[in-house]
Amino acid sequence: MITLTVNGTTHTLDVDPETPLLYALRNDLALNGAKFGCGLGQCGACTVLIDDRPAFSCLVPIASLVGRKIRTIEGLGTAEQPGAVPAAFEAEQAAQCGYCIAGMIMRTQALLERNNRPTEAEVRSQLAPNLCRCGTHMRILRAVRRAAVAMGGGVQESSP
Amino acid sequence: MLIRIRWLLAAVGLVLAVVAAVATGKAWPGAIAEVPPPAPGSFDKALVGRGEGLAHLGNCSTCHTADGGQPLAGGKALKTPFGTIFATNITPDPKTGIGRWSREAFFRSMREGLSRDGHHLYPAFPYDHFTHLTDSDLDALYAFLMTRPPVVAQAPENELIWPLQYRAAVAAWNLLYLQQGPMGSADRGQYLAEGLSHCGSCHTPRNKLGAEIVDRRYGGAWTQGWYAPPLNVHSPAARPWTPEDLFVYLRSGFSANHAAAAGPMSEVTRELAEAPEEDVRALAAYFAQQMSAAPAAKEAASLPDRSGPAGQAHPEGAVLFAGACANCHEAGAGMMLQGRPPLSWGTPLHEETPHNTLHVIVEGLHPAPGIAGPTMPAFGNDFTDAQLTEIAAYLRARYTDLPPWQDIPKAVADVRKGSIR
Repeated sequence: MITLTVNGTTHTLDVDPETPLLYALRNDLALNGAKFGCGLGQCGACTVLIDDRPAFSCLVPIASLVGRKIRTIEGLGTAEQPGAVPAAFEAEQAAQCGYCIAGMIMRTQALLERNNRPTEAEVRSQLAPNLCRCGTHMRILRAVRRAAVAMGGGVQESSP
Repeated sequence: MLIRIRWLLAAVGLVLAVVAAVATGKAWPGAIAEVPPPAPGSFDKALVGRGEGLAHLGNCSTCHTADGGQPLAGGKALKTPFGTIFATNITPDPKTGIGRWSREAFFRSMREGLSRDGHHLYPAFPYDHFTHLTDSDLDALYAFLMTRPPVVAQAPENELIWPLQYRAAVAAWNLLYLQQGPMGSADRGQYLAEGLSHCGSCHTPRNKLGAEIVDRRYGGAWTQGWYAPPLNVHSPAARPWTPEDLFVYLRSGFSANHAAAAGPMSEVTRELAEAPEEDVRALAAYFAQQMSAAPAAKEAASLPDRSGPAGQAHPEGAVLFAGACANCHEAGAGMMLQGRPPLSWGTPLHEETPHNTLHVIVEGLHPAPGIAGPTMPAFGNDFTDAQLTEIAAYLRARYTDLPPWQDIPKAVADVRKGSIR
């Protein structure tokens, strides 16, 4: 039995300790926001926060998570009352197919919690590990800028 | 105590050398007059082309290009044990670059470490190697640099520890350590390795004053927190480096018989990918020869996969490996079926310290944008320090028959804080 703390709630799971966190979230906890993309840590669709840092949940065995704080997109509010970052993504219509968006939002959340005045270059390099195949990158960047303002900061122009 | 005496001797030596340098007039050499920027069309095209190949062999742009900056325009911060040095602008901008440098001024900078105006350059610029270059190669490099697009960019001020902001101290260093002049070797590989490609800058250990220790040439050294492994009889490689293996590795950043290049070496291989093939082959042949008496080359090393005993000794490491690493690195994984080498074939697990292994786990491998190459996600956010320690111990026990690493937690802390050692 392994105890996980997800979005502030403690769960006790009877699963293999080497099970990737993503499987536990989706199959055992019915938290389906994080998506399975590549299973190799190369696409970012499964991104969640571990101790407030973004991580690929498809590659994190749950044995490594005892006593650590896991956050998923379900922890950022509800459809009726979304948090600042999901609300900004919605306002900018950043999702097309939407498969990458939960990961994009979680990585943005981590960035803006640490620094709500990042430069444009920091935003782009921070989001680089997450892929979007629809090509909504410019909307995603607009959503990040909107979210930064909503969180009391703002994305700064990068120096040339 | 021994270390303090060595420091004292080093300090006394430096003071004496400063006195000697001042006495012989070498501390403040003269300027070489500015010239009107030579027209790009005045250089022979073939010479410029040859210079481009040489610039790749010399890795000029790795240090002289800032992250996201214009090529060769300088500004990159080079962290050294003596402070931070900012690479200068070597584009032909007349004000902030080398646009008004004559051929003679360029030759003098490469051979004597002097700027055009006569001030001493710091030996982070490896003129102790470039001094060996032939006139013909320097002419080609000069032609290449002077035909680049000029970029206006002023390098920031260096941040050095006392007394190194006084550039006269460098004159003393030169008296002690700079061996000017040609190599006197007919071996192209050796000429490139010890001259232009300055391999010893990273792979040869340095003394207290930052000079390479010549009788430990290619003996392995620390660079930017990574360990540049020995390239001589002390090579820790698990399998022999043939000239062909080395050529492919230097050219592509990956050897199917060893592993991927990582850290500062990945930048070197990106440059060598664009260097003349015969020159990279010469470098490969030279270093294969240097390592030909290393243990792996002498006898077929036993390359174990002791998953059973390693798992018993490090059960937490085994579980973490199974969940995070096995997807790609376990026998039968998709990546392994594409012919990627097992972890036991790479050098890092066979090195004396776990630093390189930990760097790769924490930071991953990321090919430059637009360039295909080995990819690995960064696991630095996924694992705690204790978990990284477990994984490193497990890998060492599973994939080598060497004794366990000592003090892995210290290495984890070094890698986490970006220690440059």
